[in-house]
Amino acid sequence: MAELTVREALRDAMAEEMRRDGDVFLMGEEVAEYQGAYKVSQGLLEEFGARRVIDTPITEAGFAGIGIGAAMAGLKPIVEFMTFNFAMQAIDQIVNSAAKTNYMSGGLVSVPIVFRGPNGAASRVAAQHSQCYASWYAHIPGLKVIAPYSASDAKGLLKAAIRDPNPVIFLENEILYGQSFEVSDSVDHIVPIGSANVVRPGRDATIATFSLMVGKALEAAEALAGEGIDVEVIDLRSIRPLDMDTILTSVQKTNRLITVEEGWSTAGIGAEISATVMERAFDFLDAPVKRVGGSDVPLPYAANLEKLALPQAETIADAARQLCSSN
Amino acid sequence: MAGAKKKSKTTKSGAKRGAKPAASHEILETYYREMLRIRRFEEKAGQMYGMGLIGGFCHLYIGQEAVVTGLQHALEPGDSVITGYRCHAHMLAAGADPRAIMAELAGRAGGVSKGKGGSMHMFIPEGGFYGGHGIVGAQAPLGAGFGFANKYRGNDRVSVTFFGDGAANQGQVFEAFNMAALWKLPVIFVIENNQYAMGTSIARSTANKELCQRGEAFGIRGQQVDGMDVLAVNAATEKAVAQCRADEGPVLLEMMTYRYRGHSMSDPAKYRTREEVSKVRQERDPIEHVRDLLVEAGFADDDSLREVDKAVKAEINDAADFAQNNLPPAADELFTDITVSA
Repeated sequence: MAELTVREALRDAMAEEMRRDGDVFLMGEEVAEYQGAYKVSQGLLEEFGARRVIDTPITEAGFAGIGIGAAMAGLKPIVEFMTFNFAMQAIDQIVNSAAKTNYMSGGLVSVPIVFRGPNGAASRVAAQHSQCYASWYAHIPGLKVIAPYSASDAKGLLKAAIRDPNPVIFLENEILYGQSFEVSDSVDHIVPIGSANVVRPGRDATIATFSLMVGKALEAAEALAGEGIDVEVIDLRSIRPLDMDTILTSVQKTNRLITVEEGWSTAGIGAEISATVMERAFDFLDAPVKRVGGSDVPLPYAANLEKLALPQAETIADAARQLCSSN
Repeated sequence: MAGAKKKSKTTKSGAKRGAKPAASHEILETYYREMLRIRRFEEKAGQMYGMGLIGGFCHLYIGQEAVVTGLQHALEPGDSVITGYRCHAHMLAAGADPRAIMAELAGRAGGVSKGKGGSMHMFIPEGGFYGGHGIVGAQAPLGAGFGFANKYRGNDRVSVTFFGDGAANQGQVFEAFNMAALWKLPVIFVIENNQYAMGTSIARSTANKELCQRGEAFGIRGQQVDGMDVLAVNAATEKAVAQCRADEGPVLLEMMTYRYRGHSMSDPAKYRTREEVSKVRQERDPIEHVRDLLVEAGFADDDSLREVDKAVKAEINDAADFAQNNLPPAADELFTDITVSA
């Protein structure tokens, strides 16, 4: 085991997979000479050269499409978006060209590609640079969607994504890039796509969440433990496919569920989980499912307003207190 | 268009038989047969659409046959082709079985895409054809991606990327031009300029109508080609292919062509006059042109061409029969091919 930041874990995952398979390459804005806008691709140009680590112009629809075409031709591109906010320029290519082609071709043409980059709010970058796209991509059959929290999962899931023969959306988080976690040294450290992880067991309520919010939920759980409320925290890790079995097993034990996401609750991941729990475990619920999400506003710049708009550990703890006091 | 028109033995140009042929007997007859095959296929598709056997959108290629036919003959195995939704002819040119194409149009299990793609989404990777894409202009970066893959692998294969005069105004086409030129990708961008983006004429949509100049800002050499002349198409493509294989970067070919039918089956084409259409058919028809060349050169006569027509018709009728008698996909196909199993 080694202590790695999420940033280093992502870099190592790419480097290991590029060593393993000559068809894997990285392209995106500032990925090569600048070493990544967030330094995620540090050292890759030096090791793999300009043929496999490719700086693109600022042209998201164009390079997403080129990556997809290259994937149709049998290569395994990793396309980095400087942030997923810019991927909206390319979302037609992702949805219409990457996600649907295998189905539309009756299985003749597949698209093995990874789209990765930071997603969601960073810090004080205002509405156009702060959106969470988890529910947008989770809506699309043909895509796999991943949103890891820890460095270990970031590495193991990115390696799984690169080896996956389908288009994979890999949602990172800028605030997590610098956080450190224990990570296995093994080049065979792969985390299967579609499996959630119970990161803290508990008996009173279940918190299902992903990405940065896993940390907030764990913080809330600590505070609640001091008050005698024992919550279970599930790190979803994959958003599509969603590991409902792990959520349902937990809900059957705790009988209470809170979903937490940074994005807006409306038509969000929490809404999806809530509906599925209602369909499949209604009788196990002692209280209605509670959704915690970002405030239903474009994210403001002012520090105090930004903080108010995003779920905090305290918001999550409050939701748990309310839920556990109801019968 | 109804059945084959009766042709007099005198050709339009009035040239005498025995003049120096424009191409060999074999080449001319191949072009004639392949273009006629496309036309008859599309006419049959139009009929089947009218009978309710084909649904949704169905865009016919009638009038444009020379473009894909002349182009395909300049390619070799390993080269790739990609286009928008007017793709039946590209499938035929790439060697797909007309039965499987027609069955796809009819939404049957025996269709090339198992009935899940339809008219706009057909692929034949072993023939180098990769669709069949429904979002106008989106295939331009995809085609550049095939060029990227060839360059990455260090082979000398080329990627032919078709789009229309309508798509030529999409932003991502210019994004593809820029990167193809920047990275010297072996891509032949082919604008099939049939003069109308659905109902909008090029005069109403485009500030500079010389689409062959569209690549100039990126250093991409462009050439306007008579897209109704299969020999001109082939010659221009041969040159472009050679340039790409020599690693000289992308090329742009603007094929001046014309579609006789509406944009799709639901389009009565009221934005142009009947006279305009019939003038092109009479004066520039790509199949009649090759027919004339065959007769002028003494390679064929009405009788021998009638035999070709008969054989083509039989093949297309067989494809239509196959499609009509083929079963729709089984219900459990609904949930296959969504993702590939790892």
